[in-house]
Amino acid sequence: MAATVAPPQRRQRAPEISKGKTGSLGWLAVPALVFFIAFAIIPLAGVLVLSFTNWDGIGAITPAGIANWLSVFVDPGMYHALWLTFVVMIVSWLIQTPLSLLLGVFTAGSQKYRAILAVLYFLPLLLSSAAIAIAYKALLDPNFGLAAGLSMPILAQDWLGDPSLALGVVIFVIAWQFVPFHTLIYQGGVRQIPRSIYEAAEIDGAGRVKQFFFITVPQLKYTIITSSTLMTVGALTYFDLIFVLTAGGPGNATRILPLDMYLTGFRANLMGPASVIAVILVAIGLFLALFLQRLGGKDRTGSQLEGM
Amino acid sequence: MKHQPTSRRSFLSLAALLPLAAVGISACGTSGPAGTTTGTSMWSVSGDPNETIRKNSVDAFGKANPDDTIKVTFFQNDAYKTKVKTAIGAGQAPTVIYGWGGGILKSYAEASQVEDLTGWFAENPEVKDRLFASSFGAATVDGKIYAIPATTVQPIVFFYNKELFEKAGAQPPKTWDDLLSLVATFNGMGIAPLSLGGQSRWTSMMWLEFMFDRVGGPEVFNDIFAGKADAWSHPGALEALTKIQELVAADGFIKGFSSITADSNADQALLFTGKAAMMLHGAWTYGGMKNDGAGFVQDGKLGWVDFPTVAGGKGDPKNTVGNPSNYLSISAKATDAEKASAKKFFKEGLLAKDEIAAYIASGGVPVVNGIEDQLAATDDADFLGYLYNVSKEAPNFQQSWDQALSPVASEALLNNIDQLFVKSITPEQFASNMNATLGK
Repeated sequence: MAATVAPPQRRQRAPEISKGKTGSLGWLAVPALVFFIAFAIIPLAGVLVLSFTNWDGIGAITPAGIANWLSVFVDPGMYHALWLTFVVMIVSWLIQTPLSLLLGVFTAGSQKYRAILAVLYFLPLLLSSAAIAIAYKALLDPNFGLAAGLSMPILAQDWLGDPSLALGVVIFVIAWQFVPFHTLIYQGGVRQIPRSIYEAAEIDGAGRVKQFFFITVPQLKYTIITSSTLMTVGALTYFDLIFVLTAGGPGNATRILPLDMYLTGFRANLMGPASVIAVILVAIGLFLALFLQRLGGKDRTGSQLEGM
Repeated sequence: MKHQPTSRRSFLSLAALLPLAAVGISACGTSGPAGTTTGTSMWSVSGDPNETIRKNSVDAFGKANPDDTIKVTFFQNDAYKTKVKTAIGAGQAPTVIYGWGGGILKSYAEASQVEDLTGWFAENPEVKDRLFASSFGAATVDGKIYAIPATTVQPIVFFYNKELFEKAGAQPPKTWDDLLSLVATFNGMGIAPLSLGGQSRWTSMMWLEFMFDRVGGPEVFNDIFAGKADAWSHPGALEALTKIQELVAADGFIKGFSSITADSNADQALLFTGKAAMMLHGAWTYGGMKNDGAGFVQDGKLGWVDFPTVAGGKGDPKNTVGNPSNYLSISAKATDAEKASAKKFFKEGLLAKDEIAAYIASGGVPVVNGIEDQLAATDDADFLGYLYNVSKEAPNFQQSWDQALSPVASEALLNNIDQLFVKSITPEQFASNMNATLGK
């Protein structure tokens, strides 16, 4: 008995101070862990179980084996939705990242007019997705909307009713909604960069553009990764906006995977296949998050300012 | 000192669990407006005039029967359909469930979620006998009645704007070819020929319901309903689908129709503001246009005709489609006291004298026998008489497809209709997609 209870041994190399601290403060994670298990792990396990059952949402749940998985994986509709999801994700990223990076750098300055502009930029952030969608739907209506109000026929496109335009409109509205949020993140990131680096660069004769590309962007590496993770993983949850704006139409042109999951589960009463789609979404989300963290390299938790 | 970590930990875990427990407790108390402790509840669909009428009759019933008060909550049409399904699945259904009968009611009945009312109707024959006999079909599953017809009869009507027709010197269409030439006429005048709230999808479905009937007769959908193999590929079905796409290609429907929703009544507004000349829509929109149309209905500018015939078509031009009524069911999970209150309301409060008068005043025909004189005495006698006769004399009154079919088939149908109307699939693809859902 006594032999098995070994006294805690000090490791040969003393652990970093911070490590020792987190060890004794481990209980701080308990509330988060409890909530995470209750609201993430348990429902996730439930969805996984549901994906192997037949359930119409009303009656009894019966086992289905892998039938749901097979049916989802041979359904061209699922691949179409998956493709649209990636299109929305990538195009959104391409539009939002440069915009919010530039706006973030701009609003990080200290002049008063920038503070006022920054407040204006952030207004869309205060609106709910549903409100934004309803407002845009009204504005873009070809018969009663902005075009009719301003008598500008060029605006009177069938923005949300034409399958070739609708996806672009959706991506635009998403960008309008989320650029302010990412601008805020970049603004915070830029303000963290010490002035001394810029001062040194100025002495060396670097101009504004050079400073931007050789100081600001590299220094924002981790901010970019954080923002991109939120953007891409967030794209897997774009639901409310699209649901209100187009409901997936016209003719499936904007039926991205999260919406497909909802419509399959709650409109067609096919909870089993909808659960399969949910599991696929979780898998894609996890993969993306891990992949983007990898891009940050192993030193991502370290400081970029060491040695300064 | 030794105890400190333990006590601190237990204190903290307790503190962490407290909010969770609070959430759990409050969730029990407030989960859904139809919790088990809140008494008799009813969910219904919002939108005037029907919302006010039902609210008034429930209030009046509550005043007369303080022990049987019913709390009624209203939801937007499309949102309601999802919400009520989810609530029933989660065991949190209201006592009284509003519905459309047909396939969805069947799925509730098969899951034993709604009360079998057959015995109650047998004990109270006077309740059953005063309602349209034809309205009980969609409330019956395997010979048992699970719902009571509760509102108005709602055939789909072909409306037109008389003012625009006068301006164009045109007559309302009698045949499909008339309709196509009217499309050209109105497009030439810069007026949209047909209003359509296509994003709601069931609005587009109404066109198919009529076209299937006019081209192939009622048998085409009866075969589909019965789940016969390849029923959607019937030649009549394919011809109807092709003709619809021809109408879309000829710019028959208003620009942007697939981004317009019917919930906001934008499609009705297009007709009464003169932006569109014609509209195929439920009879219930008459009341809405009367309310919102700034005299459009009252000044006699609204016209209506039977749906056009199709050359060589098999369907009787008197056939109609739509909802025989809306229905109320009782949740099987409700307590006996709640069920008793609900049944008392069905017997005494539902479609009582005042409610009948209010429906008629709003431009609807309640599903109650022997109201011809009341209909004839109103300002809307023309329209109400038309509805009454269409519903009564139709050799075939096809229930709306999305209500008749199962939820699985119905969602597939609406999705394919959406694609058909934006021409991203052909009639043949539509038929083969839908054949895959037969019997589901």
